Amino acid sequence: MSLIAAENISVSYGANMVLRDVSLAVEPGEIVTIVGPNGSGKTTLLKLLIGAERPQSGLITRKSGLRIGYVPQKLHIDPTLPITVERFLRLPGGTTRAACATALERAGVPGLSHRQMSALSGGQFQRVLLARALINEPDLLLLDEATQGLDQPGSAAFYLQIEEVRQKTGCAILMISHELHVVMAASDRVICLNGHVCCEGAPEIVSAAPEYRALFGTGTGGALALYRHEHDHTHDETCTHNHAPQDKETEAAE
Amino acid sequence: MLDDFMTRAALAGVGVALAAAPLGSFVVWRRMAYFGDATAHAAILGVALSLALQISVFAGAVAVALAMALTVTLLTGRGYAMDTLLGVLAHSALAFGLVAVSFLSGIRIDLMAYLFGDILAVSRGDLAVIWGGAALVVGLIGWRWSALLTSTISTELAYASGIDPKREQLILTLSLAITVAVAIKVVGVLLIAAMLIIPAAAARPLSRTPEQMAFTAAGIGSASAVIGLHAAYALDTPAGPSIVCVAALVFLATSILQSVRS
Repeated sequence: MSLIAAENISVSYGANMVLRDVSLAVEPGEIVTIVGPNGSGKTTLLKLLIGAERPQSGLITRKSGLRIGYVPQKLHIDPTLPITVERFLRLPGGTTRAACATALERAGVPGLSHRQMSALSGGQFQRVLLARALINEPDLLLLDEATQGLDQPGSAAFYLQIEEVRQKTGCAILMISHELHVVMAASDRVICLNGHVCCEGAPEIVSAAPEYRALFGTGTGGALALYRHEHDHTHDETCTHNHAPQDKETEAAE
Repeated sequence: MLDDFMTRAALAGVGVALAAAPLGSFVVWRRMAYFGDATAHAAILGVALSLALQISVFAGAVAVALAMALTVTLLTGRGYAMDTLLGVLAHSALAFGLVAVSFLSGIRIDLMAYLFGDILAVSRGDLAVIWGGAALVVGLIGWRWSALLTSTISTELAYASGIDPKREQLILTLSLAITVAVAIKVVGVLLIAAMLIIPAAAARPLSRTPEQMAFTAAGIGSASAVIGLHAAYALDTPAGPSIVCVAALVFLATSILQSVRS
């Protein structure tokens, strides 16, 4: 049984249809990556999965007792709020000091427990967020562009850490990423999203798909396309399904 | 012991300070200072209504403060910026309240007592209301502490942990209304926000965890109440404002301490 499944979900903000008829499922232990241009509804999709938003139509089913760890895109802690790394990790409660230490170690930042959150570097902060997501031993880890603001070596190290986490804990991972070269190397499955699911499958299949190439270019497996891709796209003639109405709405949204 | 008016006043001040400390910390962290102000200003309308209807001032103030807080929460994000909305609602509520009070020709009320508090006139009954309200607020916030803190840091993290941030917001709103109502007698509607924000802000440089900040704020608030009261007695100054002055001086001291340290 899938850990989490979304069936035919649609979401619109006012007249803008952000997601149309999107279906996806995550199986135990797999790494799935969602790629797509800005405004393609990636973050909205993740918010639906954690329950922060509700779809206008469609169904989201979770395996009963599913534990989700969530690493948000960015987190701003008001400077007036004093909080140590350990206290942050122990929110909202029920977590032991030992579990905090283990989670920090898994996330690659042991020994930060007593530092103030406001005193952390960008890379440390993201890893502490990862540690917090890992702390209740999740079955499913959701990452929303977790390496935003990290430099190239920093984000490469971060993804290695994620891979290591999967190996050690066996949890499934669903992530949003802009870094296509990493995505292609590290994922079992890639979902290309642009308001609707353009294409999905194993990385090599997706990177060869015309829909994907239309979005991200035809470069070296997408690595160069990262710096090249445009915010909107036209599909080439080989495309088998109809994109026309969605494309209009995506343009309107941007 | 409660026969001495100074003792009753000090107990009233400490009671308000204890409720204001954890709530004030959240007001500071969530940048709700102006929200607190709006709720407090609305309470004067509640006072006028309860005098007209001859119900308890506490009940009237809670009801109107709560209505105000809920209105603001509902209207947020519907076209006007939060500060514009609060500015409109806070001052209109205050103005309507003051106008409503003027219609109460049959009753002589001391408006100043509601605007700036009348802590020296606190009765045993008032004390019971203040400590009852304070206990309720501290209990509510203590009960929801972790959930409140999580949703303050990030609504998405809260959802992912199975917490509904909207429900937690409602808890804070309710606590705010109760605190405003019990604090009217002590510092008056114009200075309630000061009792919420100043001790919490003064505690910030001295704290490493959210809990430390709330406890330190309680200490600073209580000390300010007692010292301010005695200062008012010795110098023959108004009591409520004197309490706020002491808290402000503590804030100044801890701010200087922080800049010296860094």
